[in-house]
Amino acid sequence: MSTSSENTIRIYVMGSAYEVPRGLTIMNAMEHAGWRFTRGAGCRSGFCGACSTVYRHEGDYRLRFVLACQTEAEDGMYLVQLPFTPAPRVSYTLAELNPDENVLLQHYPEIARCVSCNTCTKACPQDIEVMDYVQAALRGDIAQTASLSFDCIQCGLCSMRCPADIKHYHMAQMARRIYGRYMSPITEHLEDRIAEIEKGVYEEELDALVKMTRSELEDIYAARVVE
Amino acid sequence: MNNTAYFPGCSLKAEAGDYERSAAAVMEALGQPLEELERWTCCGTVYSLTDDDLMHQMATVRNLIRAQECGAEEIVTLCSMCFNTLKRSKVFIEQDAARLETVNAFMDEEPDYEGDVEVVHLLEILRDQVGFESIEGRVTRPLSGLRVAPYYGCTLLRPREIGIDEPDTPTILQDFIRTLWATPVEFAFQAECCGTYQIVDAPELVLEKSHRILNSAMRAGAEIMITSCPLCMHNLRLAYEELRSSLPDKRELSIVYWTQLAAIALEVETGELPTSMGKLVEGLPTTMELVP
Repeated sequence: MSTSSENTIRIYVMGSAYEVPRGLTIMNAMEHAGWRFTRGAGCRSGFCGACSTVYRHEGDYRLRFVLACQTEAEDGMYLVQLPFTPAPRVSYTLAELNPDENVLLQHYPEIARCVSCNTCTKACPQDIEVMDYVQAALRGDIAQTASLSFDCIQCGLCSMRCPADIKHYHMAQMARRIYGRYMSPITEHLEDRIAEIEKGVYEEELDALVKMTRSELEDIYAARVVE
Repeated sequence: MNNTAYFPGCSLKAEAGDYERSAAAVMEALGQPLEELERWTCCGTVYSLTDDDLMHQMATVRNLIRAQECGAEEIVTLCSMCFNTLKRSKVFIEQDAARLETVNAFMDEEPDYEGDVEVVHLLEILRDQVGFESIEGRVTRPLSGLRVAPYYGCTLLRPREIGIDEPDTPTILQDFIRTLWATPVEFAFQAECCGTYQIVDAPELVLEKSHRILNSAMRAGAEIMITSCPLCMHNLRLAYEELRSSLPDKRELSIVYWTQLAAIALEVETGELPTSMGKLVEGLPTTMELVP
């Protein structure tokens, strides 16, 4: 039974109960309870995907999947951390790939085992339509795979839950890399700027900056033109 | 969305792009453009024969729900394999209320499937809804004199309960060929299996079976073979390339999708044609030229 008060809640970490202040993230609540994260914590800002967490509410059969740093701890949560997913990642040289409609299937043939159960989507803490991007990959639509998976933070929960043992997040990362290398439009002004840098256009300006004192730098920083 | 939602399947978006392009152009010309089902998923590829294996029916039901969501009464496929898998799975699920209930309970993120969406093949729509005679009236380039072998393969016809025609003596493709003013060439192996996915593990088996099909059609005098299955097409074209070098004379067989043949007769986008097919078509006059 959970016993919450106005200011505290009860959470369960690996089966042990802890009384923690209300309003903390799962990560902070666990730290408050005395747990120290040596794995499973990274950016603490919802970007790195290191703090995958599985939990269940008391009285509910359903397992839920979140990031510990982004989710508020609630009374009666049964928690466990999954700091690492032992999913194999295929090696390839991006510049040597043939980016045709079969390239994802050739490198990750297990995507053909998808039965459209959608368990991956339900496990995603980023609310990505994971099954939809696996299906796009299956029919060779690299652009759609890249686009639908764009918010992926590589936490691996999709692959931990998949009954077909698909490695969704590694496959989707490959799709985004292929899209970036072969399919996204070339940005002309970026190419121009790189050419300028390679020609040494900014060398003199940079040298001058390097030689400045701290107060000189602060002065030009304060006087900079903000667009 | 109109009453019919078009389910492409994965092959149509990859190797069989010419099938999709020609079908789309033909349906556009017939005033019933294909409207693609939104967020469709792979059909499951091969129908699961295990009768307690509901997990492998999930893909079909999810697609039927997608059709239901957009108000479509039927799903139409071009790929014979998708047709077979979707229809058998639909029949299997709807046979037993407990199966449907289990699948619906599992997919609790979706609305329940009510069991009212039909699965049809495009050939059935042309035969039963548009009518072959109506297509005949729209032919502007009659394929007179072209000798066309109808290759059915397995999945359009078998098992009998879901097939689009009589499995032992089908006529739908012959009727369709006549609709385009071409001559159907019947042959012994027109409903014989090409070897299907054995191409991965036992290519020699597939080549042997496919060679028998091709030889049978060519001996009967066919210049063209039509099919509705991207996997049969893959195997037959592969087998033909191998066979061609060993042919004693200069006989050629063009293997195309049935929709490409229709596209030629209706003078719309065909998708890429084999060179030999191009040569056969070059000589055909259009109706416009025939009118004095």
